[in-house]
Amino acid sequence: MILLTRKVEFSSAHYYWNDAWSAEENLRVFGRCANKNGHGHNYTLEVTVAGEVDAVSGFVVDLKELKEILEREVVSVYDHRHLNLEVPEFAAGTGLIPTTENIAIAIWGRLEGKISHAKLHRVRVYEMADLFADYYGER
Amino acid sequence: MAAGVATSTGQRAYLSRRYRLSASHRLHSEAYSAEENRAVYGKCNNPHGHGHNYAVEVTVGGTVDAETGMVCDLGELDEFARTQLIERFEGMNLNTLDEFRELVPTTENFTRVVHRIFQGFRGARVTRVRIEETGNNSFEIAG
Repeated sequence: MILLTRKVEFSSAHYYWNDAWSAEENLRVFGRCANKNGHGHNYTLEVTVAGEVDAVSGFVVDLKELKEILEREVVSVYDHRHLNLEVPEFAAGTGLIPTTENIAIAIWGRLEGKISHAKLHRVRVYEMADLFADYYGER
Repeated sequence: MAAGVATSTGQRAYLSRRYRLSASHRLHSEAYSAEENRAVYGKCNNPHGHGHNYAVEVTVGGTVDAETGMVCDLGELDEFARTQLIERFEGMNLNTLDEFRELVPTTENFTRVVHRIFQGFRGARVTRVRIEETGNNSFEIAG
C-alpha cells in the first residue's frame, strides 16, 4: 500500500458562534473568533489517499481525477465564501461551527466514496502554518 | 444540507499546533573519551555549543465537542506551552538545564523531555510531539 497526498488551497471567512449560548458565553469561549462580521484564513487542504499501485498505469489514483474532485467538492464550494453563511454544512440551524476540526470532518464527508481505486486515508486542514486539524474518519 | 455531510457528534479528530523556540546545545557524552565524542558527534561536539530554531509540533486527539466544535481549548494549550515549553527552553543553553544534567541534549532526547512535559496537559490527550531541529531534521514520539 502507498499513500498519496494532494494539496489545494482555499480562502474563506468564518466566525465561531453557538446559538444555544448567550452572547457573553460566546465571547468568553470563542474570544475574537466570535466577531459576527467574520474574519478569514488562507486554508491549505491536504488530502491523503491510500491504495495499491496499478501494475499498468503505475498510479495509486488518477491525479487529474483527484484534482477535479477536490475542485468540485471543496474548492468551488469553500473558496472565497463565508463558511457560516454560504456553505450548507455550517449554515444556520445545523449547529455545526466551522472550526478547523469540523472543516476537516466536513471535507471528509464530501470526499468519502467519491475517489475511485483508492481509500480516503486522511484529511488535513491547515488554518495557518502553525495550526492544523487531521481527520482519519474515526467515529 | 448536502447528503452524507458529517456532523460533529462523536468524531475523533486531531489538532496540531506548532511552537517555535531557539536554544543552544552541545552534544557530548561523559561516557565517551574526547576522541570518541568528536567521532560520534562531529561538529555538534564543538565545546562552545551551537543553536537551532526549533519548531515543536504538539498534537492533541479527542472527540470533537458538539458545543464548541473543538477537541481542545487552544487558549489552554497555548498557555501550557507558554509556561511549560517556551519559558523553560526559549533562549536557553539546553546543557545547563536540570532535564539534561545526565541526558545528552540531542533532539531525540529533547523530544522525549517535551513529550513527557505535555503528558501533564489536562485539557486533552497529547498524542504526538514532533520537533524539527532544522528544516531537514525532525523527531517525533507518538502515543
